[in-house]
Amino acid sequence: MQKTLKRYFPIFVAPTLLAFLIAFAIPFIMGIYLSFTKFTTVTNAQFVGLYNYKQIFTAGDHFLHALWFTVKFTVVSTITVNVIAFCLALLLTKGLRGTHFFRTVFFMPNLIGGIVLGYIWQLIINGFLSGLGVDITYSANYGFWGLVLLTNWQLVGYMMIIYIAGLQNISKEMYEAASIDGARPMQVLRHITLPLVMPSITICFFLTLTNSFKMFDQNYALTAGAPGRETSMLALDIFQTFYGSVGSEGIGQAKAVIFFILVALLAGIQLYFTRKREVDV
Amino acid sequence: MILKKESIKAVIATVFLSLVAIAFVLPIIIVLFNSFKGQFYISDAPFVLPTKETFVGIQNYINGIQKINFISAFGYSLFITCFSVFGILLTSSMTAWYLTRVKTRVNTALYYGFIFSMIVPFQMVMFTMSKIANLLRLENPVGIILLYIGFGAGMSVFMFSGFARSIPRALEEAAEIDGCNPLQMFFYVVFPLLKPIAITIAILNAMWIWNDYLLPYLVIGTKYRTIPVAVQYLQGGYGSRDMGALMAMLILAIIPIVVFYAFSQKSIISGVVAGAVKG
Repeated sequence: MQKTLKRYFPIFVAPTLLAFLIAFAIPFIMGIYLSFTKFTTVTNAQFVGLYNYKQIFTAGDHFLHALWFTVKFTVVSTITVNVIAFCLALLLTKGLRGTHFFRTVFFMPNLIGGIVLGYIWQLIINGFLSGLGVDITYSANYGFWGLVLLTNWQLVGYMMIIYIAGLQNISKEMYEAASIDGARPMQVLRHITLPLVMPSITICFFLTLTNSFKMFDQNYALTAGAPGRETSMLALDIFQTFYGSVGSEGIGQAKAVIFFILVALLAGIQLYFTRKREVDV
Repeated sequence: MILKKESIKAVIATVFLSLVAIAFVLPIIIVLFNSFKGQFYISDAPFVLPTKETFVGIQNYINGIQKINFISAFGYSLFITCFSVFGILLTSSMTAWYLTRVKTRVNTALYYGFIFSMIVPFQMVMFTMSKIANLLRLENPVGIILLYIGFGAGMSVFMFSGFARSIPRALEEAAEIDGCNPLQMFFYVVFPLLKPIAITIAILNAMWIWNDYLLPYLVIGTKYRTIPVAVQYLQGGYGSRDMGALMAMLILAIIPIVVFYAFSQKSIISGVVAGAVKG
């Protein structure tokens, strides 16, 4: 079988591979090369060594600011999303009436695309701020908390569903044994529930982390970086470097390479923790 | 007595959850009633319901649909999403099965190449990819499908492979004895068995492609606008935008998603969870 199948490579693999090369592999390799060049279109690239990378870390560039803003945003939203999602999941696994309805409602915002989400929340947040006579572009703080709010609205339902699945896997006997031993609710949470949903916590933690870290659409629609470029996160900063002014494409590409390395590091850490967990269990 | 205490707790929890549910739906409700208000009555007082003088009926919807050509945006979105998902399902499942059955060094390298692409953020390839797409004349609603097949391959091949490994070889051997060639074997024996994971993969890709903004904007955005690109286009300059039309278009952008969700929420939720846990 293997031998016959092997001859079918052109039918089974070639179409996917062709699309993969055009959409991903070739652009990826070219992207790495171009980050060491100065170019406006791909064909007029001139090798400039590490110039682009040095440029990123000079005082006038927004990259480090965007990095710091992204890290702050990622930390805050990862914590808030997971705490809220976990609490809702706890409530929704108590066998209350209407559980199914609540689950459906809480999950729904997750299906709406980032651009649409951004404009929905722009309306709401500007509505509140208009009382103060300003809008979301007035201060980077407003943009920051606006993004946190939006992200919570979008991701809480999603994470909640994963937590619910984890909570439902815990056997009833654990809880019965605990209540016979006279454990108080907080003790049950700490010594039974939390350790047993640890796999779900790892998954949700990293999902929120990477989602927030790579966020683009929501950021673009809600603030577009305003005021100035103060609320641009990394992905938006890269976009603005590429398309904001002619001549800085090389710098944009170098930023993209650094962004890729950071995301790859996060993925590596995630893999390490997921593997470790598998060994433990 | 204990029962009573429990039921009071349950009431409190239900009231609390209802409040949270209202908070979750409220933003959309606010956009909805603002979409019936005149464009100059929205930004300053978004929380005020339409009154006799601010109510403009469906005028915002008419304006918006004309300004961004919503009907064709909907058509492009639907066309691109459907055919890309179909293409991804077909090509990725075939590739995944082949790669799990024919073990050579090249194939293993390819498999890891696909997985690797999952961790690369789009910004890394967006510039070069859109230039190549331009060069190859892919800047149309058909060409972009090829790009989606390439981008979707990473996650889809990975998830199909995980599932394909669990298919018992005995089934395939039986088919071989019956004289099936690999193509017949794949479509008659293997693909039907892959169906559960295929549904998950279809949902994950459909959600991604339907809502995707950057790829269609960069590749076909000047000529063919999908819904997210059209909504963003409407925003235009910060000062000049028509808030009424924007509200109306947000609602029109949400309706297809809500309808889709209402009909298949079970498979959407389980699909998204399966994707999260495996990916």
